[in-house]
Amino acid sequence: MGITLPILILAIPVTMFLILGIGGVKMSRKLAGVLGIIANGTLAVIAYTVAFTYFFSGDPNFIVDGVRQQFQVFDVTWLAFTQTLVVNIGFLLDPISAMMLVVITTISFMVHLYSWGYMEHEGGFQRYYAFLALFTFSMLGLVVATNIFQMYIFWELVGVSSYLLIGFFYKLPSAVSASKKAFIVTRFADLGFLIGILILSYYTDTFNFVKLTNNPESVLATFSGATFMGASVMTWAMVLIFTGGMGKSAMMPLHIWLPDAMEGPTPVSALIHAATMVVAGVYLVARMFPLYCIVDASLTFVAVVGAITAFYAAVVACTQIDIKRVLAFSTISQIAFMMVSLACAYDKPVEGVHYAGLGYMAGMFHLFTHAMFKALLFLGAGALIHAVHSNNYTEMGGLRKYMPITHWTFLIGCLAIAGIWPFAGFFSKDEMLAAMFSRHWFWGAWMTMVAGLTAFYMFRLYFMIFWWEENPKYKEHTPHDAPWQMSVPLIFLAAVSCVAGFIPFGEFVTYNGEPYHIHIDGATAATSITVAVLAIVLATVMYRKKNSLPTKVKNIWPGLWTAAHHRFYWDEMYMFVTHKIIFGIICKSIAWFDRHVIDATMDMFAKVTQKTSYAIRGMQSGTIQTYVYWYFAGAVLLAAITWICLI
Amino acid sequence: MDYSQFGSMIPELIVLGIFMLVFLFDTFSNEGGKRILTPLTTVLFALGTVAIWLVPASGEEVFGGMYVNDTATNAIKAILNIGVFIVFLQSAKWVESDEVAIRKGEFYELLLVTLFGMYLMVSARHFLLFVIGLESASLPLAALVAFNKKHYESHEAAIKYIMTAVFSSAILLVGLSFVYAFSGGSLYFSDIALGVGGETSGLLIVALAFVIAGIGFKLSLVPFHLWTADTYQGAPTAITSYLSVISKGATAFAFFVIFVQCFGAVYSEIWEWMLYAVIIATITVGNLFAIRQKNMKRFMAFSSISQAGYIMLGAIAADGLGLASMMFYIFVYVVSNLGAFAVISTIEENAGKISMDDYNGLHKTNPWLSFAMTLAMFSLAGIPPFAGFFSKILIFTSVTGTNSWPLYVLVLIALINTIVSLYYYLLVVKAMWISPEEPKIAAFKTAPCQRVGLWLCIAGIVFFGLVPYIYQYCYDAVKDSLAFLTIF
Repeated sequence: MGITLPILILAIPVTMFLILGIGGVKMSRKLAGVLGIIANGTLAVIAYTVAFTYFFSGDPNFIVDGVRQQFQVFDVTWLAFTQTLVVNIGFLLDPISAMMLVVITTISFMVHLYSWGYMEHEGGFQRYYAFLALFTFSMLGLVVATNIFQMYIFWELVGVSSYLLIGFFYKLPSAVSASKKAFIVTRFADLGFLIGILILSYYTDTFNFVKLTNNPESVLATFSGATFMGASVMTWAMVLIFTGGMGKSAMMPLHIWLPDAMEGPTPVSALIHAATMVVAGVYLVARMFPLYCIVDASLTFVAVVGAITAFYAAVVACTQIDIKRVLAFSTISQIAFMMVSLACAYDKPVEGVHYAGLGYMAGMFHLFTHAMFKALLFLGAGALIHAVHSNNYTEMGGLRKYMPITHWTFLIGCLAIAGIWPFAGFFSKDEMLAAMFSRHWFWGAWMTMVAGLTAFYMFRLYFMIFWWEENPKYKEHTPHDAPWQMSVPLIFLAAVSCVAGFIPFGEFVTYNGEPYHIHIDGATAATSITVAVLAIVLATVMYRKKNSLPTKVKNIWPGLWTAAHHRFYWDEMYMFVTHKIIFGIICKSIAWFDRHVIDATMDMFAKVTQKTSYAIRGMQSGTIQTYVYWYFAGAVLLAAITWICLI
Repeated sequence: MDYSQFGSMIPELIVLGIFMLVFLFDTFSNEGGKRILTPLTTVLFALGTVAIWLVPASGEEVFGGMYVNDTATNAIKAILNIGVFIVFLQSAKWVESDEVAIRKGEFYELLLVTLFGMYLMVSARHFLLFVIGLESASLPLAALVAFNKKHYESHEAAIKYIMTAVFSSAILLVGLSFVYAFSGGSLYFSDIALGVGGETSGLLIVALAFVIAGIGFKLSLVPFHLWTADTYQGAPTAITSYLSVISKGATAFAFFVIFVQCFGAVYSEIWEWMLYAVIIATITVGNLFAIRQKNMKRFMAFSSISQAGYIMLGAIAADGLGLASMMFYIFVYVVSNLGAFAVISTIEENAGKISMDDYNGLHKTNPWLSFAMTLAMFSLAGIPPFAGFFSKILIFTSVTGTNSWPLYVLVLIALINTIVSLYYYLLVVKAMWISPEEPKIAAFKTAPCQRVGLWLCIAGIVFFGLVPYIYQYCYDAVKDSLAFLTIF
């Protein structure tokens, strides 16, 4: 494979961004939309070709003796700090990046198509497509990065595009504050990421992923046992790098931005805040997986953060009223699932464990399937909001008669996320749970419980929307299915969610490139399906028809319900810490220091500069004689001073 | 004598060929033919530039080692040529004005001769050839500075220029005669490198100081810079821009070669300390004066003095990375400074305004010019992501790469000065965009050739900041030649 197609993968979206961004104002909405959709369709075809070539061509660059290789299609020097430490811009093809190419371009194309219907009546349609193109570019650049610095650059770019899209409805104060919140929280996390990158590169003298991950032992050796505050420096580096992932992937305690990010247009939530950008943290851990394995503490850290987050988000999701918030918390919980799964993998065969890299493979598999069905659920939610003009399920109910397409596709999404055979989620979740059980029974049991909660809150949502009781307002304004631009993506993604589980994913993506043949772990499958079915039955009993049971359950522990509904007061805690402590106490003293010391120093600098400038103006007298005196004096003085100093 | 040696001097022959063509055409063509002189020269020159860029350097030393044409000299010549091409584009309208049109042939001929001289300076490996190059680059420039015959300032500028030039030549030659005495009767760079040595004597220090002073004139290093402001202000703007970038770029490269090759191995201690002091003085004094200027050309004069200090940082690094980043800095400086001068000269021609106060509110009437000027100022100040930021970073890293604390101090001083320079560069930006006053300059259309020149500069500022091609080109060029540089 030449470098043309990989370059096009990056060039097409960035060109679209420039064209739509600069010329969009002069275009009609239709032209902008069609351009965006065509460009993205082409992009998807190219990405599929590249991924297909990578997986199936048998080219010795890509596969040697059945082991898939990492291949840098190109890698050019961009900024050289020293002879060894250089920042490159390149294109890395390996199983996970090829898989991500497929995921990103598929969802992006679906969202482009869907938005044509969804955003039809909104202002700034062209701007919206420009931002989508920017996001697609940044996300693709992130996954194909050959080095951690390139990843960091694109990491920030996806942050910017996410900020722009969350705040798309910039006339709504809530959207503006949500976009700021998302940007500030993830930026704050990225500070840790940057420090981690600097520590790592300081010791290893390279940013390159291939060099870093091919020989983790030698990377560890470069740290030569340095420690800091009781932990090894490499652990610090890896944990700090993971902090960036925690921010982007909304892990606790940095999860607070994602529910608010739902203020953006719903297709954006599907693309960025469900399928692609928020899994960047998982991708980061997978990308640097051997380095996480070599320092065990950092991997444990990932597992603990993931497990707590998964449970917390699942509980909160059970009590939300806004359907997009439910989906947002569900996303947080599912991403945490992937994190735990990754953290439960080993990077080399271990005695007594059937397959060491199972958690890695399963985590990536779940990333893939989750992207499909979560995007489906979000797009379905978009269709509902489009029909009912409200985000809250209290305004819905009984919609199955009015919106059959949305109903069926949404149901498929729910079944997939609940992990019911034969839908996609079952297969990936089964592999993940098997991996967790093989690490320690605790992880398996804990996450099975989270899986049960998932099935419960998803079906609670489903029944509240489509069954329960019809909203009397339907008589004035009858809801109906969305136009074809919106239905086609729904049907496509639903179809994918039905069959994606049968993809022999282990043949493509594994931790060491060697193919692994997936087989269903009977015991785990039976447990997880039983738990899921029980949870669904419980949801059916409680929510299928309007009854007083939910209120009764709620009143058993009213305090717990309220706390969960308020997301266990995390936002309030943040407000307290930032406003009362940081702004109120720390910032005030710093501000004083800034005004009276820093500013004063700067003023002094300025004054001294001005004064000196005034004082030496005589040098530039305008008479040539003086100039020559200065000239000669300068030359002699130079010689004289050097003479005195040296001899 | 083996005449085939001339075959190695391809860039010189190309420039000389263009010069001859222009000269003959100018002499023998009629009125109608004169009309196409400007486009003819510009196109010929563009073709010549492409040829220099494409024809591989022979790398041989010819004329007994007096002259060398290798990849590094070729690269710097190509970079200079880009600058001259932009100058041609920018001056195309000015040379057609009533006062100048009749003499426009002279403008191109004199300019090409000075360029030829600079080529010799760059390629010289013998002081005789170097001095010949230096003089043929200096003297015709005086005529060019005085090109606006009817303007009093133009004469004053030329007189100040020629007097200082003569004086500096004298100092340089005195210095060189000392060097000749030391090296045991040779003026070859390579012989001097071998010949000098042993104890540090006072005479050698004087020699080095005088050589620095003599060459420092062309670079306008402080305190040899005093002619700069008056000359820049009085000269026609096209010449000012030529003086400020092309002349400096060529001399900086020659300075590097002379000092690193001749004195690098033995006396780097001495001349690097001298240069150290001169650089600090140059950057600081240039900045301090620039703050006070209201006349844009004077302002650019002091700005270019301070920029020359930054360029010379590459010489103090005295290794291959230093030279590569110096060449890259020169390239970026060429496009940024020419961009600024392009705006200044179009405004001067169309509205007759040259004071910074006249730029107030410019964005209302001429948004594109304001945009270009802003980019140029940002690049000169070194604001990311423009080219100027990367050139500054690279030249700073090349200095700190040598790991000695005085050099860290030097970089620190340069950084502080960058902040000061930010102040006055932003003054221009502030005047154009923020000042609430009504614009004093009416809207006008820029001539097409000037617009092309401006776009080239903008492309250089924006594009080559992000794409490392030019730096890589300089780096490879330096790597493949200059055997006396060891560090890579």
